[in-house]
Amino acid sequence: MSVSHKVGTMKSKQAPNVNSHQKAAVAKGVKAIGKKKDEEEGLDTAEGEEWMQGKTLVKPPDQLDLTEAELNEEITRVLKASNPNAPQNVVRYSFKEGCYKPIVFVDQMAIHFELEGNLVHKESDEGRRLMAKQAEVDDGGGVERPDNVAIKAAKREQKLTNQFNFNERASQTLNNTPRDISCQTEPPPRANFSATANQWEIYDFYVEELQRREKSKEKHEGQFLNKEEDKSKKKMIQAETQNDDISQLAKVVKIIERMVNQNIFDDVAQDFMYFEDASDEFRGEKGTLLPLWTFQYDKAKSLSVTALCWNHKYNDLFAVGLGSHEFTQQGGGMLLFYTLKNPSYPEFIFNTASGVMCLDIHEHLSYLVAVGLYDGCVAVYNLKKKTDQPIYNSRASSGKHTSAVMQVKWQKDDLDSNHNFISVSADGRLVSWTLVKHELVFTEIIKLPVIDTIPDDLKDVIPTVGTSLDFHKQKDYSFLVGTEHGKIHKGSKYYSSKFLEKYDAHFMNVTRVKWNPFHPDVFISCGWDWMVKIWDQTMKSPVFTFELKTSVTDVAWAPYSSTVFAAVTTDGKVHVFDLNINKYEALCQQKVVSKKTKLFNIEFNPVHPIIIVGDDRGHVTSLKLSPNLRKKPKVESEVLNVHFQMSLHISLV
Amino acid sequence: MLDIECAGAEVEETIKRIQSQKGVQGIIIVNAEGIPIKSTLDNSSTVQYAGNVHQLLMKARGMVRDIDPQNDLTFLRVRSKKNEIMIAPDKDYFLIVIQNPTE
Repeated sequence: MSVSHKVGTMKSKQAPNVNSHQKAAVAKGVKAIGKKKDEEEGLDTAEGEEWMQGKTLVKPPDQLDLTEAELNEEITRVLKASNPNAPQNVVRYSFKEGCYKPIVFVDQMAIHFELEGNLVHKESDEGRRLMAKQAEVDDGGGVERPDNVAIKAAKREQKLTNQFNFNERASQTLNNTPRDISCQTEPPPRANFSATANQWEIYDFYVEELQRREKSKEKHEGQFLNKEEDKSKKKMIQAETQNDDISQLAKVVKIIERMVNQNIFDDVAQDFMYFEDASDEFRGEKGTLLPLWTFQYDKAKSLSVTALCWNHKYNDLFAVGLGSHEFTQQGGGMLLFYTLKNPSYPEFIFNTASGVMCLDIHEHLSYLVAVGLYDGCVAVYNLKKKTDQPIYNSRASSGKHTSAVMQVKWQKDDLDSNHNFISVSADGRLVSWTLVKHELVFTEIIKLPVIDTIPDDLKDVIPTVGTSLDFHKQKDYSFLVGTEHGKIHKGSKYYSSKFLEKYDAHFMNVTRVKWNPFHPDVFISCGWDWMVKIWDQTMKSPVFTFELKTSVTDVAWAPYSSTVFAAVTTDGKVHVFDLNINKYEALCQQKVVSKKTKLFNIEFNPVHPIIIVGDDRGHVTSLKLSPNLRKKPKVESEVLNVHFQMSLHISLV
Repeated sequence: MLDIECAGAEVEETIKRIQSQKGVQGIIIVNAEGIPIKSTLDNSSTVQYAGNVHQLLMKARGMVRDIDPQNDLTFLRVRSKKNEIMIAPDKDYFLIVIQNPTE
């Protein structure tokens, strides 16, 4: 429906209102006259309708008062076909352009009145349906009325009701009272179940299933009664552990402690892994030692470190033996295990009755630790067991040492595959101990020869104190023993009566003797006479001699090079030598502990470039070797050989 | 039996040691259902930590095991500007330690 657009302008003077109200105001009078004129004009145009003459113009009281000029003002009124109620400022978001765009063409149709009709076209679907229905009704109605049957038969099309002879009969049957029968059952028990089926849940389930099957197999093979008892016991224990909340967390708490420590010592850990002293390039040959962690245990404050040993299987675990070197200050002792991952607290703590003098960790079974004590006992600890007591102790057995055990060393398993180790003690005997079932069986190997200065009748009484022991890496029947008098004896396990060789090494106590891990003939010794000497076993006099300013308490070969070794002295200094680089001087002489602290032990880590040193305060300090100290030669033993040839030449000359 | 008792005492001692370490602000032990059973922080913080960490832990563990079912989560560290939250899960429990590492 469109309204034809008629845009016409209508001039109108605002005044004329057809009201019979006359006002006497002058201005209005003018208007009145004007109105009259209009009226007359209108009258004229209207062809003189007489009844219109009587009308006079009356102004309404609220009419606007306007001046003549304003009256004559032409106001344009436009007749538009647009809907005043239609929105004029509709905007729609255009996805194509990504902004809001105004819509210009808005529907202008305004519906004033709407009436729905009820006429349906004959040909349409609904029309046809209705017509069909109508025909049906007509047919159906015909059957029920008997009077009209004839009529109906005749006139099927027309349905006429006979108004005169018309009978309608209706009957109402009795309605049965409706009944509702319903049955209510108890709802089946329902439970909500939800689960996730991830890959790992499936895996877990299969693992459990496997375990269950294995257990059931055992059940069939084993004894029924015992298994049931065990199962009931297990159930008991499980129930208890559920109540006892905390104990299950042992492993987790350990991990957390290590994490916390890692955070605290973060910079040290970073140094340990990554720091390489770049200034070594400018230092020439010299190197430095970078202090890393310090390990201390407050209950071990009064004790001094007497032994250190790294674990071969777990390269961050090391054992510390604590006791006392002084004869007069003997108390208890301790065996502690530290890991580099947790510098604040030891992993394992064992208290011993007397001071620990030496210890050794088995090369293959890294949970077996042999310990030699000041009172002459040897003990073997098993780290896997949770107890504080050693699994073997020589306290009760005969043949135990009568004096402090100075060194213990594990040996290869014997023919019956029993573990065994050898100890040397201050009573001058070398004894081999074998772990047979639940006891230690001792076998005497050899007795250290007595020196000549002791008169014959006292030879049996005053023993030669053996202070150090080392076995050859490749030919493990060959060993070296250092004594208090400064002599070093070379022996063999196969000869139990005599030593093969004797070296006059030092003037005072020999504190350490060690075979070179690469060269088969070379060993090093150090003593209280301020000397460190390097020997070739075929020669009676040392090949190299170094004098350090104070008593040397320990010396160790580096595991990565045949020419590098380090020594510690009682003035708290660590001396590192590399014969390949400098045959006369140390590459590094560094004081690593506070004043008046003596260093007693040093060990190189088998894998990492760090060393640990033990002092007499019970502290263990770890130090990183700078690159200059870690130079590896190309072929290990060759290098040392070359040096030996050269120095031999010099010494012979 | 003795072993279990000793383990409990050992764990208590270790927890005390951790608490006394430098920068540690709090320790919370939460059981498998996400209910804190032991804490050194106040109740509202504990509940907040326990609830949030529980969800994160389940998600992290699910992720690790989804990729390789034979693998399992050992620990989780969440380092933020102010502190570090360390979470170590166990089969039935998990442990949360809040530490300020730069202190």
